[in-house]
Amino acid sequence: MQDPQLYDYWPYKNRKKITWKNNARIAFWIAPNIEFYELNPPKNPQRTPWPKPNPDITGYSMRDYGNRVGHYRMMEAMDKYNIRGSISLSVAMCQHHPEIIQACVDRKWEFFSHGIYNTRYCYGMDEMQERAIIEDALKTVKEATGQTVAGWLAPALTHTEKTFDLIAEYGIKYTCDLFQDDQPQPIHVKKGRLISMPYSLEINDVICYNSYLHSPRHYGDIIKKQFDTLYEEGEESGTVMCIPLHAYLVGHPHRMKAFDEALAYITSFKDVWITTAAEIADYYYEHYYE
Amino acid sequence: MPLEQEFLQYPMRRHGMDHDRYEWSNLFERSPIEWPGKKSMALLTVIPVEFFPLNPVGKPFKAPGSMITAYPDFRHYSTRDYGNRVGIYRFLKLFSKIGLKGSFAVNSQVAERYPGLISDIIADGHEIIAHGINMDTLHYGGLDEKTEATQINTCINTIEAISKQTIKGWISPAYSQSFNTPDLLSAAGIEYCGDWANDDLPYTMRTKNGELINIPVAQEISDRQIITNNHHTEESYVQQLKDQYELLQDESSRFGGRMMSITIHPYIMGLPYRINALKEILEWFMQSSTTWSATSGEIVTAFNKSKK
Repeated sequence: MQDPQLYDYWPYKNRKKITWKNNARIAFWIAPNIEFYELNPPKNPQRTPWPKPNPDITGYSMRDYGNRVGHYRMMEAMDKYNIRGSISLSVAMCQHHPEIIQACVDRKWEFFSHGIYNTRYCYGMDEMQERAIIEDALKTVKEATGQTVAGWLAPALTHTEKTFDLIAEYGIKYTCDLFQDDQPQPIHVKKGRLISMPYSLEINDVICYNSYLHSPRHYGDIIKKQFDTLYEEGEESGTVMCIPLHAYLVGHPHRMKAFDEALAYITSFKDVWITTAAEIADYYYEHYYE
Repeated sequence: MPLEQEFLQYPMRRHGMDHDRYEWSNLFERSPIEWPGKKSMALLTVIPVEFFPLNPVGKPFKAPGSMITAYPDFRHYSTRDYGNRVGIYRFLKLFSKIGLKGSFAVNSQVAERYPGLISDIIADGHEIIAHGINMDTLHYGGLDEKTEATQINTCINTIEAISKQTIKGWISPAYSQSFNTPDLLSAAGIEYCGDWANDDLPYTMRTKNGELINIPVAQEISDRQIITNNHHTEESYVQQLKDQYELLQDESSRFGGRMMSITIHPYIMGLPYRINALKEILEWFMQSSTTWSATSGEIVTAFNKSKK
């Protein structure tokens, strides 16, 4: 289809005023991606998981660094500023590394689904196959953490035309897959309700470090600049800022200082609601969803 | 047409890793490691000494640093050779001045071409480890096992004959391995390899021939990553390495010894306008009373001792 008609066009002026919890002008959340990449995954017809023949140990060990080292470093920095994560989870992590999942449960972090593995893509799935991974994600997270998955970020951002209709049907409240706005917005779905939750590719550490090739200090600076603008605009109508992270990148020693400083900066402001994605979604549904 | 059923099956979905090569472990929950002399920071300096053929096949990919233009690419051929003629001697002079010990990862064809360079490295007290035959002879999934065993043995035998040393360490060209590489390395007498950058400290791998230590050499702060791939300045390079060191040093006071591992290529950091940035950061490391400049072999010895 040429135009998926996912949402209405809303110009960024004269919008209804959103005021977040406790009169905050900006809702701030962090999305640690806690992922598992397989050493020997099958090849999806539309996308090869690794650039080199399996085993691509350079790519694999780069990701595995997050699970052995990075998450704990990132958690410590977030603990320092009392920030709970909303985890974009490869749900097979519940089987592979329940120790990491438990560390998140202990911190009352929130889990949303990022598919089974980040080396399995939805391209080419029929409806039953896509339903199977949604059902798997809901069941796996419930069993491992007791939480009901409220959000979705498709594995490796791979979708089908049916993705949004299906996740809404299963009661998922928000999707992080769309990047059209700095405020939440209703998504058109066949059954139920769904909103888009501002996530971000532009200050995502994968994009900043691996695509834009920013230095750690520059990354810290742009996080602060992103915050400054959204904080200022939030006075007119509340905005949402998310920092999507990958412990296999931000969790390296040379990147932690700049990240720590950015968190210190953001948490030094008043009128900032430091929260999780599901809490933002619930607040939006209760007060602003039309 | 739906996807093949294989795509929705997960045979390795289980506790721990999806392979048997090593166990998962949380860096922050391990027994603290102790380096010699109560130093908290082991400084591992890896210097790749590489030969890039003028006519690479690039199977299954071209290693970083390979020829780029149409044949004959003399510009990159000679640029890489500059490293082995000029840049590496700038390194050796600097290392001697500040008392730093390096681990030189050598393609066996460099040893054959420049045996005098190998002697000079050894004479200065540095370590030689094996780095494959050349940068166009890769180890990769799908490579025939016998061919790979020959590649490994040829490399090690050649370097041992020229260096008159027993070679115990290995880094694969482009860090690329097949499923068999660790088994073949240990069969060839290799005790430690530096291909998997998934940790900040050494750990043990299983092979068909006993244990192999993996020393995770940080790839995110190599000169190739910061300077060549990311196009950061020399000032930023120095800053990032300092930040790396300081964070690890802070952790060492709570979690035991840490390892600062850097990789520097003679044809990247050995350039006239970069060598002083390298000097600045290496001097800064060496001036710290917490630094233990060590070869990969010394780090493995200390790691094994600490395990017991």
